[in-house]
Amino acid sequence: MDRAKKNHLIRIFVAIAVVYLAVLVLEFTLRPTSILFTVLRKGAIYSLVAVSMNLLNGFTGLFSLGQAGFMLLGAYTYAIFTMPVSVKESERVYRYYECIVGFDTGSFVGLIAAGLVAAFFAFLIGLPVLRLKSDYLAIATLGFAEIIRAIFQWDVLGPLTNGANLLREYKDLSRITLPFTDIPFPPTLFVFIVAGVCILLIVLLINSSFGRAFKAIRDDETAAEAMGINLFKHKELSFVISSFFAGVSGALLAAFQYTVQAQQFESMMTYEILLIVVIGGIGSISGSCIASFLYIALSEWWLRGLDMGKFLGISAPDLFRSGFRRLVFSVIIMVIVLFFSKGIMGDKELSFERMKAFVKRAGRKKKETAK
Amino acid sequence: MKELLRLDDITMQFGGVVAVNNLSMNVKEGEIVALIGPNGAGKTTAFNCITGVYEPTNGRIVFDGKTIITNHPSGKMQRNYAGFEADKYLGEKTLHPTPDVITKLGIARTFQNIRLFKSMTVFENVLTAMHVRAKENVFSAVFRLSWKEERRMEAETEKLLSEQGLLSHRDEIATSLPYGLQRRLEIARALATKPRLLLLDEPAAGMNPQETQELSLFIKEIKERYDLTVLMIEHHMDLVMGISDRIYVLDFGSLIAEGTPEEIQSNQRVIDAYLGVAEDV
Ligand SMILES: Nc1ncnc2c1ncn2[C@@H]1O[C@H](COP(=O)(O)OP(=O)(O)OP(=O)(O)O)[C@@H](O)[C@H]1O
Ligand SMILES: [Mg+2]
Repeated sequence: MDRAKKNHLIRIFVAIAVVYLAVLVLEFTLRPTSILFTVLRKGAIYSLVAVSMNLLNGFTGLFSLGQAGFMLLGAYTYAIFTMPVSVKESERVYRYYECIVGFDTGSFVGLIAAGLVAAFFAFLIGLPVLRLKSDYLAIATLGFAEIIRAIFQWDVLGPLTNGANLLREYKDLSRITLPFTDIPFPPTLFVFIVAGVCILLIVLLINSSFGRAFKAIRDDETAAEAMGINLFKHKELSFVISSFFAGVSGALLAAFQYTVQAQQFESMMTYEILLIVVIGGIGSISGSCIASFLYIALSEWWLRGLDMGKFLGISAPDLFRSGFRRLVFSVIIMVIVLFFSKGIMGDKELSFERMKAFVKRAGRKKKETAK
Repeated sequence: MKELLRLDDITMQFGGVVAVNNLSMNVKEGEIVALIGPNGAGKTTAFNCITGVYEPTNGRIVFDGKTIITNHPSGKMQRNYAGFEADKYLGEKTLHPTPDVITKLGIARTFQNIRLFKSMTVFENVLTAMHVRAKENVFSAVFRLSWKEERRMEAETEKLLSEQGLLSHRDEIATSLPYGLQRRLEIARALATKPRLLLLDEPAAGMNPQETQELSLFIKEIKERYDLTVLMIEHHMDLVMGISDRIYVLDFGSLIAEGTPEEIQSNQRVIDAYLGVAEDV
């Protein structure tokens, strides 16, 4: 490895370490109910699912709209796996059904299982669909997500899914402990570590020989096939891996929310994630992450005042009423999509060189206007 | 010399259009063979049959002594079939491998309309083509357990690029190269799959006479260096006559002549159908 590349890697690691350290410090200094934690946790979860969608849409050129469905599978798997047997047997959660799952696991096993279940369903869907032209995948996955949502609320599956009722009291963020101890795991750090490791794995995949094969398929299927790349096998691989991580992010979402209900995983959620991917830049991992945090901060935090009667110090209870936030939010999103049609990052990644160049350019502009 | 590729009665019919009609030909190991003919004669279609892009309507393709593709008219095509030998391959099990399987067997190709991976650099284009022979799986690739294999592929790519004189363009986006170099890169990319048979679809298209001259030397050189057999489609007669051992001539999908360059040049049917026309242009 040459020096420049090594330096680059070291700088990335330092930057990541700083972020994690900052999260840890915040966790011990801020009030646990601070809105910042909500934004950080949800932002990290959405980063993971957005990156997993980007792997498929941005790097393999496959269009899937099943993210919400795979997240649902992950969330339920995690909740059912990690809910203690004593809770399952009591009337507290499974009130109308007799729970048929007679075991429980730790959160780590739950996360892996969540990914595997989602990946397994993706594998089954991919078998027939990925042999066809790419458009069919979008239709099939969208249909799948809707169907799975209905099925999970179905009475007959009640002993497994608790029907249309909530699942709770599983290993949510307040119950996760450090391995082999009873010490609670700093919740935000937990989300960051899981999401971070998953994103790292995706990045490693994209920069491997397989990642190049995915990009080849995206660029030109005919040429990729002529270079010996088995289209079906590689598309299936990308789809299954992407769904695995969507499942893990669903599990994180379940842990973050303290409750799970199938109803919540509408296709609206998939569109939200798609929007994040587009805003961040199709084919940019760092773009997806930045966009996730911005999107969540905007919708959950910065624009909150618009619903509460007071925004940026302006008090107008008649205008800033419940629902106004959504309107402003939609307008902002529209403006971003219209004026940054390639997303914040295009298909580039964030780097120090790029930031330096950006700052320099901004500085030069300022000077010019000063003249 | 051993026969490397053989086409028996290959017919490719699109609806009512018979693009290739009963084409039989062979290529021996170490030869340079040209496939020529006027526009729309079915040359590219023949390539697409050999590489598995199209499933021929009828006929058989043998590579290195092994039948790799066979088919016979079936279903709706049975009634609409307009070629010959409709029953000849009826008894045989149809074989229709996808293009990647053909590539793995050792046949690589370039395209008439250059098809490089447009978001990738020159280096990445060639490196991607090494994937097919890489000894690794997803797990070992993600966790970098097969980093030695990656290093080997990178080193080989580097070597291939320097041999093709493309090393100075290593990190440029492939599609930003001048036309002639893009064609060269496409050949380099095909070579990265380690083929025994190289199919070139109009490698000199869009090149000036000097570049064409260089290309003919280049083809001969890579043929020797990589121990290749070459089958090429080409309209530049200087190039074809200069380096081909044998030539096949297609017209309206049918073979109208085959032979050495001298024989083809003096063949009246070829002159009427193709060469005469070519000189007018
Ligand atoms: N996929 C297809 N569907 C229908 N017709 C096709 C298809 N591909 C080729 N053809 C037809 O087959 C005939 C032969 O085309 P082909 O591209 O093989 O010609 P060619 O010899 O390569 O010509 P050129 O010198 O212009 O490249 C043409 O009439 C073309 O319209
Ligand atoms: Mg052609």
